[in-house]
Amino acid sequence: MDDYAIRELITHVKRGGLSRRAFVQTMVGLGLTAPLATQLLGGAGVAHAQARPRSTFVPKKRGGGGALKVLWWQAPTLLNPHFAVGTKDQDGSRIFYEPLAAFDPDGNLFPILAAEIPNAQNGGVAKDGKSVTWRLKRNVAWHDGQPFTADDIVFNWEYAADPATAAVTSADYREIEKIEKIDTYTVKLVFKNPTPFWATAFCSARGLIIPKHRFEAYRGDKSREAPNNLKPVGTGPYKFVDFRPGDTVRGEINPQYHMLNRPFFDTIEMKGGGDAASAARAVLQTGEFDWAWNLQVSDEILKRMEQGGKGRVEMATGGGIEHIQCNFTDPWKEVDGERSSAKTTHPFLSDPAVRQALNVLVDRAAVHEELYGRLGQATANYLNGPTRFRSKNMRWEFNVAKANQILDAAGWKRGGDGIRAKGAVRLKMLYQTSTNAERQKTQAIVKQAAAKAGIEIEIKSVLASVFFGSDLANPDNYPKFYSDIQMYNNGLGAPDPQFFMNQFVSTEAATKDNKWQGRNITRWRNEDYDRAWRAATSEMDPVKRAALFVKMNDLVIQNVVVIPIIWRNVVAGASNRLKDAVVSGWDSNLWQLPYWHREA
Amino acid sequence: MATVAESLAFEAAPRTSLLRETLRRFLKHRLAVFGAVVLAILVLGVVAGPYVYRVPIDEIDFKAKLKAPSWAHPLGTDDLGQDVLARMLYGGRISLAVGVMSMLIAMTVGVLIGATAGFAGGAADNALMRVTDLFLCLPGLPLLLLLVYLFRESLKKALGPEAGVFILVVLVIGGLRWMSVARLVRAQFLSLREKEFVEAARGLGAPALRQVRRHILPNAMGPVIVAATIDVAAAIIAESTLSFLGLGFPPDIPSWGRILYDAKDNLDFAPHWAIAPGTAIFLTVLSINYIGDGLRDAFDPRKVFGHN
Repeated sequence: MDDYAIRELITHVKRGGLSRRAFVQTMVGLGLTAPLATQLLGGAGVAHAQARPRSTFVPKKRGGGGALKVLWWQAPTLLNPHFAVGTKDQDGSRIFYEPLAAFDPDGNLFPILAAEIPNAQNGGVAKDGKSVTWRLKRNVAWHDGQPFTADDIVFNWEYAADPATAAVTSADYREIEKIEKIDTYTVKLVFKNPTPFWATAFCSARGLIIPKHRFEAYRGDKSREAPNNLKPVGTGPYKFVDFRPGDTVRGEINPQYHMLNRPFFDTIEMKGGGDAASAARAVLQTGEFDWAWNLQVSDEILKRMEQGGKGRVEMATGGGIEHIQCNFTDPWKEVDGERSSAKTTHPFLSDPAVRQALNVLVDRAAVHEELYGRLGQATANYLNGPTRFRSKNMRWEFNVAKANQILDAAGWKRGGDGIRAKGAVRLKMLYQTSTNAERQKTQAIVKQAAAKAGIEIEIKSVLASVFFGSDLANPDNYPKFYSDIQMYNNGLGAPDPQFFMNQFVSTEAATKDNKWQGRNITRWRNEDYDRAWRAATSEMDPVKRAALFVKMNDLVIQNVVVIPIIWRNVVAGASNRLKDAVVSGWDSNLWQLPYWHREA
Repeated sequence: MATVAESLAFEAAPRTSLLRETLRRFLKHRLAVFGAVVLAILVLGVVAGPYVYRVPIDEIDFKAKLKAPSWAHPLGTDDLGQDVLARMLYGGRISLAVGVMSMLIAMTVGVLIGATAGFAGGAADNALMRVTDLFLCLPGLPLLLLLVYLFRESLKKALGPEAGVFILVVLVIGGLRWMSVARLVRAQFLSLREKEFVEAARGLGAPALRQVRRHILPNAMGPVIVAATIDVAAAIIAESTLSFLGLGFPPDIPSWGRILYDAKDNLDFAPHWAIAPGTAIFLTVLSINYIGDGLRDAFDPRKVFGHN
């Protein structure tokens, strides 16, 4: 579907001939994520649907629900959202702190501390994309009784944008030129550049807001000394009781919470540790806990646990993509103290024929049906969500005969041992990933198919904490990419692909010079791609912008820079008695925690 | 109790009968014989098995996944439909070789250091025991990571991926398990050194090496042999831990520990998958333990006069 057809549909919605919902679904069907589809309508002058909580339960009084016990098999280590290194820390903080707005499962913004979501109609979003005005909810109090005001918003920006604070969230706030306090409950965010997707600062899992009066004295260099880094004082549904880093977080009901008669539970306990399989068992089979986060367990095992009748698996689509990356540089040659240097080219993966052959040797159907089941779907695209960004042009196939044909035609001849070679270069590659049952099985499936096409694959698995670790001296972490191909899961975080898609921009190549912090891990360089990405960063027309991202996806797929395998869902486990605990693929598991309740 | 006649008879007998006597006593130890037979079967199985049972170890067949034992797959299949028996036979070579080799390394180093420290005493003892303490204090996992990162690539280049990893794994496991043996041996030496028969040997002018080899060491071997048998089992498990951490063999090489690890999440509905490698490890450890018991009794010089 091209940009013209999308425009026609939008006109249709404006005249009332097509419902917003049907439009969003069509766009999602096209591969755009729901949030993007919604933004398409917003940009075209159609009022935003007011995102509603996924709940019909109307509580008669606050509290009275007893204890809520949730299980995070990676435990939070600190409770300041600006220093949250991983999802676990964001989630631990989310019990006590809140953002202005959360992303619901459709990728719509749902107001939490905001009175309403800014859009073009209510004048919240400037036409030139250079400013956004938020109106705050009144009568919100911090846990210590102080009022929540515009000053807190301004403070969070100053705090996080200050490089000396070394906040993990700094990237979200650095693009803001200034924040004008219009009155006690209104702020205007002015951006340095036109910002098509502005819902990063103060929104969702990375946008939690901390109180000015508690952290004012601990800006910049002193940020790590704040006592409240471990003792949160927020606006959330639960007040802080106790925190043991790496183990448990406990909270009790906030009697002054700003939502009427919420929350339902009297106390909350977030228990950390263990592994995904035992967490799943504790919720689905034995019912010791009410909720378990991130169940990276095979569907077959989850199904058997669900037969226990104590719990169910909760899922949502997000942007998670399990994929194989091709190395465009030579991992076996050391140049200036680094391997996979951007100055080298890969001995055989630089040949498009080899990459194309590899692409048809990945049996996505088998991986999907046998390993992931309900937990994902086979895909040809790297960018799968939000729906309006998803390309309809790409196809995948599994065809060993075709791989053989491609390699024959490109002059790769089989040697005596059945392995193809051209001159001194043999098609023998090292395939690395993290240690995880599903990943090792995927490796086995690919290895077997590749052997039939005369490609020898050596399999390597690295412990997840090492593979994803940030130790610079470690040769096995994924940004170093000291192997021929590697596989892992990557996600968007927010329902917008701008940050996600910069991982193929030339200037982002991971090198020793940038301490491998560059996001372009494959080190693929392509001018068309760079141009498209730069255009998308300032394109204010949502339809044209979506078309640019679709083009970027297609370039990556046509050149076989990566081989997408499974579009993975966000998966959690919930007790059967726990209601309205709905997962969003675009936000924390706890995005609507105040609405959770338990059936008697 | 030994009678004078018996002891005279023994002294008159030629040297070869000492070995025969040892063998006789070993054979009288029924459990040891049982262990030897079981271990022989296991070794024969993994050495000759793959030539007789020619099913490929990595043939993926989803139609046959997690099948219980049948004629087509005598030990059933795993979750990729691969034949468990074929994988067991192939992986057993690695597991047994790693177990035995690491044990030998740990024993050699442990006995050498323990014996030197225990016999020499004084400053040498002090120095060697502090080294042992040092090794005991080393945090195992970070050290393993370091060693593997430092030497894996160069060993792989020099000896090829499988042989290189094998040597590294064996050295790493053996090299980190000798400390308890050294302490054990040293303690034995300290007490044996002062025994009358050693003093007698010393008085007769036996040089140090002879005192150690002929008199002290044989008496100290009992506990060492038991420790060695337990070490084989620990090494088999340690190898699977290393593989799991991504430091050992590639994940598609089915050592017993690896198969057991892969099977653990499916224990409740596909027990056959875990039972096979579990039983194999169990039988190996048990039989080596019994053999160790038998050997200790057979070699024990205090039982030389045949009253067992």
